[in-house]
Amino acid sequence: MNEKKKYVSLDLKSMGMIAALVIIFLFFSFVTKGANMTPMNINNLIMQNGYIIILAAGMLLCVLTGYIDLGVGSVIALSAACAGMLVMDKGVAVPIAWLVAVLIGLATGIFAGFFIAYLDIPPFVVTLATMLMGRGLTYTLLQARTVGPLPSSFTGIGVAFLPNIRVGQVIDEAGKVTVKGYDMVCIIVAIVVTIALIVGEINNIKVNNKYGFANIVPWQMITRDIVIIGIVWFFFLKLSQYNGIPVQLLVIGAIVAIYHFITSKTVAGRQIYAMGGNAKAARLSGINTKNVFFWVYVNMGVLASIAGIVLAARQGAANPKMGDGIEMDAIASCYIGGAAASGGVGTIVGAVVGALVMGVLNNGMIMCGMSTDLQKVVKGAVLLGAVVLDVTSKKKKG
Amino acid sequence: MSDIILEMKHITKAFSGVKALDDVNLQVKKGEIHALCGENGAGKSTLMNVLSGVYPFGTYDGDIVYNGETCKFHKIKDSEQKGIVIIHQELALSPYLSIAENVFMGNEQLAFKGVIDWNKTRGRAKEALAHVGLENENLNAPVNTLGVGKQQLIEIAKAMAKDVKLLILDEPTAALNDEESAQLLDIMLDLKKKGVTCIIISHKLNEISYVADSITIIRDGHTIETLKKGVDELSEDRIIKGMVGREMSNRYPVRENCPIGDVIMEVKNWNAYHPEIADKQILKDINIKVRAGEVVGLAGLMGAGRTEFAMSLFGHSYGQKISGQVFMHGKEISTKTVKDAINNKIAYTSEDRKTYGLVLINDIKTNMTMAALPQYYAKGQIVDSRKENLDSEAYKKRINVKATSIEQTVGSLSGGNQQKVVLAKWMMTQPDVLILDEPTRGIDVGAKYEIYCAINEMAREGKAIIVISSEMQEIIGTCDRTYVINEGMIAGELSKEEMTQENIMKCIMDNNNAKGERK
Repeated sequence: MNEKKKYVSLDLKSMGMIAALVIIFLFFSFVTKGANMTPMNINNLIMQNGYIIILAAGMLLCVLTGYIDLGVGSVIALSAACAGMLVMDKGVAVPIAWLVAVLIGLATGIFAGFFIAYLDIPPFVVTLATMLMGRGLTYTLLQARTVGPLPSSFTGIGVAFLPNIRVGQVIDEAGKVTVKGYDMVCIIVAIVVTIALIVGEINNIKVNNKYGFANIVPWQMITRDIVIIGIVWFFFLKLSQYNGIPVQLLVIGAIVAIYHFITSKTVAGRQIYAMGGNAKAARLSGINTKNVFFWVYVNMGVLASIAGIVLAARQGAANPKMGDGIEMDAIASCYIGGAAASGGVGTIVGAVVGALVMGVLNNGMIMCGMSTDLQKVVKGAVLLGAVVLDVTSKKKKG
Repeated sequence: MSDIILEMKHITKAFSGVKALDDVNLQVKKGEIHALCGENGAGKSTLMNVLSGVYPFGTYDGDIVYNGETCKFHKIKDSEQKGIVIIHQELALSPYLSIAENVFMGNEQLAFKGVIDWNKTRGRAKEALAHVGLENENLNAPVNTLGVGKQQLIEIAKAMAKDVKLLILDEPTAALNDEESAQLLDIMLDLKKKGVTCIIISHKLNEISYVADSITIIRDGHTIETLKKGVDELSEDRIIKGMVGREMSNRYPVRENCPIGDVIMEVKNWNAYHPEIADKQILKDINIKVRAGEVVGLAGLMGAGRTEFAMSLFGHSYGQKISGQVFMHGKEISTKTVKDAINNKIAYTSEDRKTYGLVLINDIKTNMTMAALPQYYAKGQIVDSRKENLDSEAYKKRINVKATSIEQTVGSLSGGNQQKVVLAKWMMTQPDVLILDEPTRGIDVGAKYEIYCAINEMAREGKAIIVISSEMQEIIGTCDRTYVINEGMIAGELSKEEMTQENIMKCIMDNNNAKGERK
């Protein structure tokens, strides 16, 4: 132990994406004169993009293996249509309808995974087929009608809020709320997140010191933490000024946390990265690459059905065109978030940030009154730009 | 001197500072068959790549004089225009295209610019194929419907269609059986009568003494000597002497205090067939055993079946219809999957670390623990990153991986350090038997020495080690005992005292000859 461990620099790539997100957000707040900073709009950002974040988490696993799943948009529609029909036409209880929707997602995942993993059919072909079949089945089931309006027990997951503890609320004589005040639940969550972050960081330093591992340069670490805490507080303060914490945020938060854990801390996650980086070496290291492939697509099916439930809940109805083309947004989120098209590189946090970049862009452009046609051009350019930046920066290093 | 078609003078070629060729001279007479001999890595293929323009003019030193004029080839097309055609070891045929299309691939017969004249193509293809005795094949059949032997002949026909003056064949018979080889050699003699000059690279010395008019021997990037028919003796023994006649220095650390114990692993009657061609037997009744603290070599030429044996043994990763028994500590075990093999304490490091050993975009730590993760670095399904960090750090120190930290990506390491990471990866699975396939291929002398030291240390810990190497010196320098494998069979077993390059080569030759007699 003669070489005393000092400090290492922060991995700038993960921070770069967050910086890009902040810059895009500030840009639009300048253009729209702060209109995108209103508490309502911050809330809408979550509610509008929640299902894409859920999809991006699953899609990241597919991208890590080096491929993509084109069928998720159709699985969203199919599972939402089934759940909607069960509730509206057959009067089935909402939880059972949700269960059926998830089972449908599971079935489509097993279907795709079987062909991809065990029959060696290219994922592009298999998921192109599930995309067509799923959409066709949805139209057949719904006969091109929209089922809705869904009951509030269904839509809650998409539009409801957690109970509020209001402080500073002002109600005039007519019983109208003139000042909304702040929701203390949001503030408490923000405090808890802040403390958890600081405690975690201190713990990390302690462990690193104990075992002689390098720590991140102090000023870089502090800057990073201040930026993250700043974003957290900005976000939750805005939510507290609106209606509090949306239920959807809980769902997204749980899914992101679980998948972040799986990819970074479990054997299964490690196996996905190893396989995506070099499938031959992974196989010769005792990793059953067929099983990895299979479960990645099964998982994608399940997450797509959950995204379908959330989307139907937010729209209050299910229709056969739901989620059309949304697979591209999910895939783009992963690439913008730093995942490599060749597989083996990428993080859940990156994919979430990527999805938020797309969401903030969409939201901002709508507020600017840009036409949807032009919006697509901008999104395409951002996707290409992000990947070009990623690839060229890697080349310089290599 | 007009009968000299080619002269390569003072050719020196270095790869990032390491000289692969050092002042090599080669003189080829018009109309002769000239053989290039040397061990693997001696520089034969590099020399031919310099000649054909694969390494363009300016990346090497020295002159190429062809037909009396000094040539500067910048790309392969330049040399082909002069009538120099190289046929590489790996066939360059497009499997689903027809025979006729393949014969003129890259040399298409055009009606006018950009449009292929199919009648001309077929007609001229038939002429070209006549040179190699394949004029009766169906010209429209896809090439992959032919056997490897015929495909090799198509390659020669392809060269003939380019109006070849000097034909270079790099190990043309490596993938062929004896009958096909004999046919190919006779075609070479036939081409010679038609005035085509040939350079042949081959490890099969009996073939060389059969066809060659003169033989140039290359060793460690130097020309050693040129033997001429009628002047020198061209026997196999004479060639071997030229190939291996270098002195041994102490490039191999001595293994002391390393008693050899009981048999740890025994493989009985191991058979395997080619993964695609179901009736082609690759391994025939292989029986080997290794003891604790023993380093056992698997010697043989490239393509002898050593890697195939190791991979078929290790989780049935190669071949089909595999049969045979594996015993660990006297108990029969299964090695059907890689996981079985790892759980039964067998480890295998591949000869191709970049393709089969490492995830180049990942860091040292994740590569090191890739194989041992579920067993040693996880609690349930959750990775124990603390233990992972500590052990990776410890192994990095133990085998001296030169890197800034265990977080460095392995793709940025030198070959030697990559090889050490692969070795650490398998040491971390706590194996009883380690199979090391070409553990020092393409790495520098210093790193080699460190790997030999690591091998010795593991042997002292009582592990059984199998070293597969094409470098006979390495086998002799590191092993206590060696099996010689030839054409998928055990051709002999040599003790420490019997291990010499001559004896290893003799085992191979005897095995080849015995097979010839059996036919």
